[in-house]
Amino acid sequence: MPPIRTYHDLTDADRSGLPEQIGAQRKRVAERLAKVGRVIAVMSGKGGVGKSYVTAHLARALARAGRPTGVLDADLNGPTIPRLLEVPHAPRTTHADGVEPATGADGVKCISMAMLLEDGAPLAFKGPSAESFVWRGAMEASALRELLGDVAWGSLDTLLLDLPPGMQRYVELCDILGAPPAVLTVTIATAESGDAVRRAMRAAVERGSRLLGIVENMVGDEFPGTAGDDLAREFGVPLLARLPWRPTPDAWAGLAGRL
Amino acid sequence: MAFEERQLPGDGTLAATFKCPTCGRVVAMLTNPMETQLVSSLGVEIGGRTVPAQPLETVRKMVATGREDAFDEGSREPGAGSGTTWSAGALERLNRVPNFVRGMVKRIYADYAKERGIAEITPAVMDTARAELGLEGM
Repeated sequence: MPPIRTYHDLTDADRSGLPEQIGAQRKRVAERLAKVGRVIAVMSGKGGVGKSYVTAHLARALARAGRPTGVLDADLNGPTIPRLLEVPHAPRTTHADGVEPATGADGVKCISMAMLLEDGAPLAFKGPSAESFVWRGAMEASALRELLGDVAWGSLDTLLLDLPPGMQRYVELCDILGAPPAVLTVTIATAESGDAVRRAMRAAVERGSRLLGIVENMVGDEFPGTAGDDLAREFGVPLLARLPWRPTPDAWAGLAGRL
Repeated sequence: MAFEERQLPGDGTLAATFKCPTCGRVVAMLTNPMETQLVSSLGVEIGGRTVPAQPLETVRKMVATGREDAFDEGSREPGAGSGTTWSAGALERLNRVPNFVRGMVKRIYADYAKERGIAEITPAVMDTARAELGLEGM
């Protein structure tokens, strides 16, 4: 019996073509984002600090300043961006080459899994229930890739990516985009938040992301601390804004003006 | 190794065969449902794509909790202008596909027919396309 060739013995013509398909997927994302001036991941590493709230209102402020802006709700399992951007439900118009995003308040374009799921339904995938943890992560990464590469974003000054808590989605983004995105970090003032956010910022720096700065949210007696200042000093980045519980439009405009 | 054939028996497994053009040996790849799902989740096709990927294809194929009115297919009907027509039987079958994926599925069949110069999409054409493209459940 002749010896069996291993994968590395094969020439390109013999190979499965899967790397080429994945390359084509990445190319589709790159082409779609070619008209987007910059992509900013709004990240925390910590849940409940107001990332989505900051993302939505920052997007609106950027748009009001005449800078076309989009938001991709990358929190696939807990999407809230459409409500924050006051987007009424309407079917997403689909053409052969893309899906139209929704238009929210102040003309911000957005796409979110919330627009595609039944009301109140969790994000569930068809497939074997046994060992679903093996493939679910890959499925969510594919969904993220498609939201980036198959939505007709058009020409934008800024595309904000609202990330869920943790680092998984950020890591997926780095791979899908081909380069780590710039990062805007949101924290609250408490030491606990600072600890969690610090880990995320270190991971982002290690991956090569440019840290744009920090937004300290929900500033007030309820959440005492100095995490925003501490992190800004530690990472050598600006504390871009300290937002109270009910920020005024001027506060958002101030943040937008610093980005 | 040249890809020969892909079969989706409908039980979540996948069978693909590859043949060496030099020695003629045929190798089969068999995946269990979890392994099949893992490959599907990457949005790739074993053996290569024969029709272009559709927008949000993985989301529309794999999300189980999609809303019926999530999409509308725009003013341009899939396949319009390409000379491809649909038989009554094919349209009836298409209308049984959940709305969440129906427009995408219609576009896939239209692209398949256009690639092969098929003038009319019939249930038989749909059956062949389903087998070739792995459109299980669609």
